[in-house]
Amino acid sequence: MRHVLAGGTSTDFVAGETLYWILAVLAVSAALAMILVRRAVHCAIMLAIVMLCLATMYAMLGAPFLAFVQIIVYTGAVLMLFLFVIMLIGISSSDSIVETIKGQRMAAGLAAIGLFVLLAIGIGHASIGPAAPVTAANNVDNLSGIAQLIFTTYVFPFEVTGALLITAAVGAMVLAHRERAEPRPNQRELAARRLAAGHLAPSPPPGVYALADAADRPALLPDGRTAEDSVSSVLSPRDPNEAPRIVRPEKTPEITGGSGEREPEPASPVTPGRTEP
Amino acid sequence: MSPVHYVALAVILFVIGGVGVLVRRNAIVVFMCIELMLNACNLAFVAFARVHGNLNGQVIAFFVMVVAAAEVVVGLAILMAIYRARRSASVDDANLLKY
Repeated sequence: MRHVLAGGTSTDFVAGETLYWILAVLAVSAALAMILVRRAVHCAIMLAIVMLCLATMYAMLGAPFLAFVQIIVYTGAVLMLFLFVIMLIGISSSDSIVETIKGQRMAAGLAAIGLFVLLAIGIGHASIGPAAPVTAANNVDNLSGIAQLIFTTYVFPFEVTGALLITAAVGAMVLAHRERAEPRPNQRELAARRLAAGHLAPSPPPGVYALADAADRPALLPDGRTAEDSVSSVLSPRDPNEAPRIVRPEKTPEITGGSGEREPEPASPVTPGRTEP
Repeated sequence: MSPVHYVALAVILFVIGGVGVLVRRNAIVVFMCIELMLNACNLAFVAFARVHGNLNGQVIAFFVMVVAAAEVVVGLAILMAIYRARRSASVDDANLLKY
C-alpha cells in the first residue's frame, strides 16, 4: 500500500500524480480561505484541512512516521489547543476590516509577490533531482531508521528538545497562572453580598413565564417586568409577550460586532441561569 | 510525482502563510498562519529527504514539529495573558510600547 503511494509501477505513478494534484489544489485553496475568512474558528478548520492534506503528502513522499505525527500532534493536539483558546477568548472573535496602517494590505501583497518571486527563482535555479529510488529507509524501515538517526546522530538536539519542551510547559503554566489578588469569598460573604444586591434567587433563564420557551425570549419577572439580561448577548431578544411564530426570522441576528475583534459589547455578559456577582 | 512539485507547493503555502501573518489582526489567526509556514517548511524538508533518499530531512521535520508545538503552547499562554489584561486578542490593541 505504501510503496504504491510512493510511486512504483506506471499505474501507481498515475494514481500518485492524480492524488498529488487533488491534494495540492485542496491545500492551496484551504490555505487561501484560511487567510480570507474572518472568523477564527473557520480559520482553524481550514488549517486542519491543510494539515491533513500535508499528512497524506508525507505518506506519498515515503515518510509514514511523519504522516502520523502530523495527524496526531498537529491536527490532533495543536489544533485542539487553538480551538480551546478560541473558545476561551470568545467564539465570536473575528478580524476587523479597517486598516490600521494605511496601505498595509497593498504593501503585504507586494511583499508576498516579492517573496514568491524570490523563492520561485531560487527553486527554479536549483537543480532538484528526481526522487531517489525507493529504499527500505522510506518504505518499511522508516520508523526504525528515524529512531536510529534520532538516537545516534541527532541525540544532542533530541536532548535539547526535551529541555525545550519542559521549559515550554513550565512557561505556559507560569503565563497562564493568575494570582488571586484577594482571598476567595466564603459562603457567608457570598450570601451577604447576594442579600445586599437585592435578589436572592439566581437570575431567571430565558423564556421563563414568556409565551414561548425560546432562548431569545427574555424572561418575564413575577412583577411583570422583563429580564433583558436573561438572553445571551449573542442573540437579539424578542418581545416576550409576542405570540410564538413558526416561521424563522428572515434576518439572522448579526453576531460579530462592528468593532471587530471584541465580542459584542454587553454591559455584563450573562450566561443564562447564572447568578450575577 | 517529482519532488520539485512538492517544493513548489511548499513555496506557495509559505507565501500564503506570510501574507496571513502580515494581513490578519487576530493574534490566534496570526499564530495559525505561522503554523502554516512551518508546515510548508516541513513539506520542503520531507521532499528534499525524498530527493536524497535518506532520512535526515524527515528527522529535521520532526524537530520542527516539536519546536512548533512548544511555540504554540507558550504563544497561546501569552495570548491568554494579554487577553486577560486587555480584553482583546487583536495585535493592534497591544500598543503600550508605541510611544
